[in-house]
Amino acid sequence: MKQFDELSLLEIVDEVKDGDLIGIPADYSGVPMMFTKELIKKGVKDLKLYCLPLTTIQGDMLIGSGCVSEIEAAAVTLGEFGLAPRFSEAVEAGHILIKDSTCPALHAQLQATEKSVPFMPLRGVIGSDIHKYRKDWQVIENPMKCSGHKNEPILLLPAVQLDVLIFHAPCVDKNGNIQIGRRRELATLSHASKKVFVTTEKILDIDFFDNELSAATCLPALYVDGISVVENGAWPCALPGVYGQDNDEIKKYSIAAKTQKGFEDYMKNYLFT
Amino acid sequence: MIELKREELLISELADLLVNDKHIAVGAASPIPGAAALLVKEESKLQNNRLRVTILHSNKYNNFTDGARELFDCAAQGRIDTFFLGGVQIDGEANINLVGTGSYEKIEKRFPGSFGSALMYFVVPQIILFREEHSPRTLVDKVDFISAPGFSDENIYRPGGPKFLLTNRALFKFNKQKKRFCLLKIHNNESLENIIKLTGFKFDVDDKITKMSIPNKTRIDILRNKISYMVSEFYPEFADRIWGV
Repeated sequence: MKQFDELSLLEIVDEVKDGDLIGIPADYSGVPMMFTKELIKKGVKDLKLYCLPLTTIQGDMLIGSGCVSEIEAAAVTLGEFGLAPRFSEAVEAGHILIKDSTCPALHAQLQATEKSVPFMPLRGVIGSDIHKYRKDWQVIENPMKCSGHKNEPILLLPAVQLDVLIFHAPCVDKNGNIQIGRRRELATLSHASKKVFVTTEKILDIDFFDNELSAATCLPALYVDGISVVENGAWPCALPGVYGQDNDEIKKYSIAAKTQKGFEDYMKNYLFT
Repeated sequence: MIELKREELLISELADLLVNDKHIAVGAASPIPGAAALLVKEESKLQNNRLRVTILHSNKYNNFTDGARELFDCAAQGRIDTFFLGGVQIDGEANINLVGTGSYEKIEKRFPGSFGSALMYFVVPQIILFREEHSPRTLVDKVDFISAPGFSDENIYRPGGPKFLLTNRALFKFNKQKKRFCLLKIHNNESLENIIKLTGFKFDVDDKITKMSIPNKTRIDILRNKISYMVSEFYPEFADRIWGV
C-alpha cells in the first residue's frame, strides 16, 4: 500500500478553511508560493497567519488580496527590497490585527505544543512594548529553587496549535518522508499543526531511512497529511539548496505593490498567467 | 589615496569592534555588519586565529543545523559574543524601535517588526546598534515603541546589552551606569556641531574624540577582492550596488 496520499494542488487548497490559523514558513524555509497563488484565487477569508518567525511576499500578497484578518509575526518585510507595502498599509489603516512578537517567542509557543505542555518560559522580552501589548503573555517569578535565578521574573508564553500548515520542499521519498535539510523549524511547525500538507519539486524512488545522512534531514511521513508535486513551487521565493530567490521578480513586486492599484494590476498578471 | 565608499568605511569601523570575538552572528537586513564580520574572519585567518561567523540569511556562512531557533538558543547559552541590531528609532537610553512611529494603537508608519531583538538584546554581551541614517528622526529622545529596552531592572536576567552605536556619521559607546551614549568618533567630513544638531538625544563627548579610521590597503583589498563576492551570495543587491559584483 502506498504510504502517503498524493493530492492535487487544488485538493490541498480545499483543506484550508476560512478563519484557519495557518503556519507561514520564513523566506528561507520553502515558501509554498504556487499554493498561495491558488489559495488567493479561491478567495479564502479571515485567515490568521502564524509566521515562523517572519513572512515576505507570501504574507504581503495574502494581506493585499484581503485573505487575512490577523497576523502573528516578528517581522513582515521584503528584505533587501524594503517594506512589505500591503502589510504596512493594512496595519496603518487598521484593516488587520497584528500580534507583534519576537522570533524566539514564536518558536517557543510552537515548542510548547510539540511537547503538549500548556506554556513555555522565555528569557528577555520583559520591559519591551511587545510584552506590554500581549495580554496573552504572563510574567511569573521563577518558582524553581534549584535552577535559574532566585526571584527572577520570567515570561510565560501560551502553547499555540496551528490548524493547518503548508510548505514547499525539495523532494519526498517513496514513503512520503519529506526532505527538509537543516530547516528544522519546518519540523517544529509540523509537530504543532493539526494538518500538514507539502508541495514538492519531485518524488524520489528511494527511502530516506536507508541512509543515516538522509534520515537525519527529513520530516517523517507520519506528520504529513498529503503531498502534491508542484515544480518550481516556491518561485519567486528561494528553495534552499535547489534554486535562489528571483530578485528581479521580488523587486518588480515591491515597486508595484506600493499602491493597492499597482498591487491589483500585478496580481492579475501573477495569478492568471 | 584610494577613494573609499562610505559603506566601506563603516564596514571597516565595525570590523575594528569585532577583533576580540570568537563567534559573531549577523541577523536580517544587515549587509554592512555581515561584510564586517566576514572581513574580520578573513583577517583572523591570516593571523592564525579562529573566528566563527554565522550569517543568518546565508546558507554558506552559517553554522546552524537545528533550524531558525538555534540562533536564539545559542545566544541564550552565551555562545555568541557579538550581534547587531538596528532600529527605525534609537533613543538616548538605547531603547530600540523596529515596529513603527506614532502611538502603537494608531500607528502612523508601520515598519517590519521587532525580529529577535527582544531576546538578543538581553543575552548577547556585545550588541552593536547600527543605523546608517543619522538624523533627528532616527536618533530620538524617546522611541515611540520599545521593541527591546536599552537596560533592565537588576532582577532581570540580562548578561547582554548595548555596547556601541554606529551611524554613517558617528560612533558612540554606551555607558551602562549612566544610561547614556558617549561620542567616540566622527566621520571625516563631519563636525561636532553638526552631530549635535542631527542627534535627537543628549550625549556625552569623549575627551579623546577622533575621526573615523581609514582602513589600510591590505584591508581594502581583502574587502573588495574577496568579501564582496562572499556578500553577494546573501545580499546580492548590496554587493552589486557597492562593488558591482
